[in-house]
Amino acid sequence: MYDIEHYVEAVSVEDAIEHLKADPDATVISGGTDVLVRLRSGKGVGGTLVSIHEIPELHGVDRLLNGTLVIGPATCFTDLAKDPLIRSCVPYLGEAVETVGGPQIRNMGTIGGNLCNGATSADSAAVMQTLNTRLVLQGPDGSREVPVTEFYLGPGKTVRKREEILTAILIEPQDYVGFTGCYIKYGKRRAMEIATLGCCVRVKLGAAPADEAAENGGGQETAAQDMQSGGNPESRVISDIRIGYGVAAPTPIRCYKTENLLRGRSAADPSVYELIGEHVLEEVQPRSSWRASKEFRLQLISELARRALREAMLSSLGNNLFA
Amino acid sequence: MLQIINMYVNGRREELAVDIRESLLETLREKLNLTSVKKGCGVGECGACTVLVDGVAVDACLYLTMWADGKHILTTEGLKTPTGELNPIQQAFVDEAAVQCGFCTPGLIMTAVELMGKGRRYTREELRKEIAGHLCRCTGYENILNALEKVLGYPKEKEG
Ligand SMILES: Cc1cc2nc3c(=O)[nH]c(=O)nc-3n(C[C@H](O)[C@H](O)[C@H](O)COP(=O)(O)OP(=O)(O)OC[C@H]3O[C@@H](n4cnc5c(N)ncnc54)[C@H](O)[C@@H]3O)c2cc1C
Ligand code: FES
Ligand code: FES
Repeated sequence: MYDIEHYVEAVSVEDAIEHLKADPDATVISGGTDVLVRLRSGKGVGGTLVSIHEIPELHGVDRLLNGTLVIGPATCFTDLAKDPLIRSCVPYLGEAVETVGGPQIRNMGTIGGNLCNGATSADSAAVMQTLNTRLVLQGPDGSREVPVTEFYLGPGKTVRKREEILTAILIEPQDYVGFTGCYIKYGKRRAMEIATLGCCVRVKLGAAPADEAAENGGGQETAAQDMQSGGNPESRVISDIRIGYGVAAPTPIRCYKTENLLRGRSAADPSVYELIGEHVLEEVQPRSSWRASKEFRLQLISELARRALREAMLSSLGNNLFA
Repeated sequence: MLQIINMYVNGRREELAVDIRESLLETLREKLNLTSVKKGCGVGECGACTVLVDGVAVDACLYLTMWADGKHILTTEGLKTPTGELNPIQQAFVDEAAVQCGFCTPGLIMTAVELMGKGRRYTREELRKEIAGHLCRCTGYENILNALEKVLGYPKEKEG
């Protein structure tokens, strides 16, 4: 038996919000893989659970006409990872959530729960940071949108109010079109393991300045020219880069300064790997925990950034049609 | 607080008065005597309590019984054919000596049944990943993988 007083199976988002508002001891439960484990350990006992488990409109992935991806927060990791839109538009997000726990946990745990739980170790966290994801929170007074980069306040703390429901996770086209990326989780075991560190690097490569005239010349020529030079790092520059971490600080973070430093550099320049490994260290605040010391985490922060950047570059350069 | 739910367990409709605080593990074991569903850790770490809900493997210890209302639950008890024969995956566990104390076995069998439902084949490496949510303290997993490979793996090329 779970130590709760009351239980409500919400039939809609509005219904859930009403119950949350009416009962100050009420908590949202989605997949339950964090909430129920917490109850077992004796935390938050005696309250009410408001379940959003059976609300169909919170499940699934969709793409709006303008290209924005809309992820239902109650989508479980298994469904997210195999979703065709996720696989084609943001494959690294699918790969990241495939590292969560084991298959049964991925069948139960949800992407919204991963975000709202507020853990810096959440496996979707680093990727979400790099995607500038926008979170739609609906409460008694209506809806508001919060960028994921402003969502976290501290370990397990977010700006979400207790009576608010995360109703949609939005990824806009300018944040994914043309990017390749890679998420690397470091853990002591290959499964059933919380991340010791998680790192996501995503890049968008563009034409080098010499090729720019041709690129501005017109659509078709550009495509043809890209076909020829696309696989050649010499003719490519890092036109955009995003670096996100989990467990590198008390909350998930972005490394904006390092991103600015690398933007515009040649994809063929080997020093980008040294630069990323060195400069991210100035933007992180890892802690020692029983899983790993601060010193080991610092080493991981550099090394995983280098590796993830290399993987992201390879995915781009391997694809000649990429523009 | 008790509530009435209807669920289909191993093909049979069950109308039950359940406590809102119950996990599916407790309901199956204590109300329906389906003791193949084992309680190991109680927090999603070991997979001993794995059952299928509408064909999907979940840890019954982290699943509220209230969520099972209207759904189809399958446990190892439900695999028996009308004539009492074992399911192919159960037979493979016997043949490959994949069972020692047996505590992890029903859970692993249910994950295998979920995989069988997907109608595809798996490499040994893929099978390792698919059973990552189960702990076995006895076998060292090799015989379990042998059994799974027999039913879910690619046909072995005959040696010369
Ligand atoms: C054995 C085990 C292994 C695990 N391994 C990993 C791992 O490797 N990586 C990892 O990242 N996590 C892991 N987890 C943690 C957990 O599975 C994830 O954080 C999961 O995403 C939680 O989702 P849920 O739907 O189960 O959340 P719940 O437990 O239902 O909720 C989590 C929190 O979010 C809130 N919430 C959920 N949905 C909403 C919503 N739509 N609106 C508002 N609030 C909401 C809840 O109130 C609660 O505070 C593991 C858990 C277990 C038990
Ligand atoms: S008892 Fe459910 S996973 Fe261990
Ligand atoms: S056979 Fe004993 S735990 Fe697996």
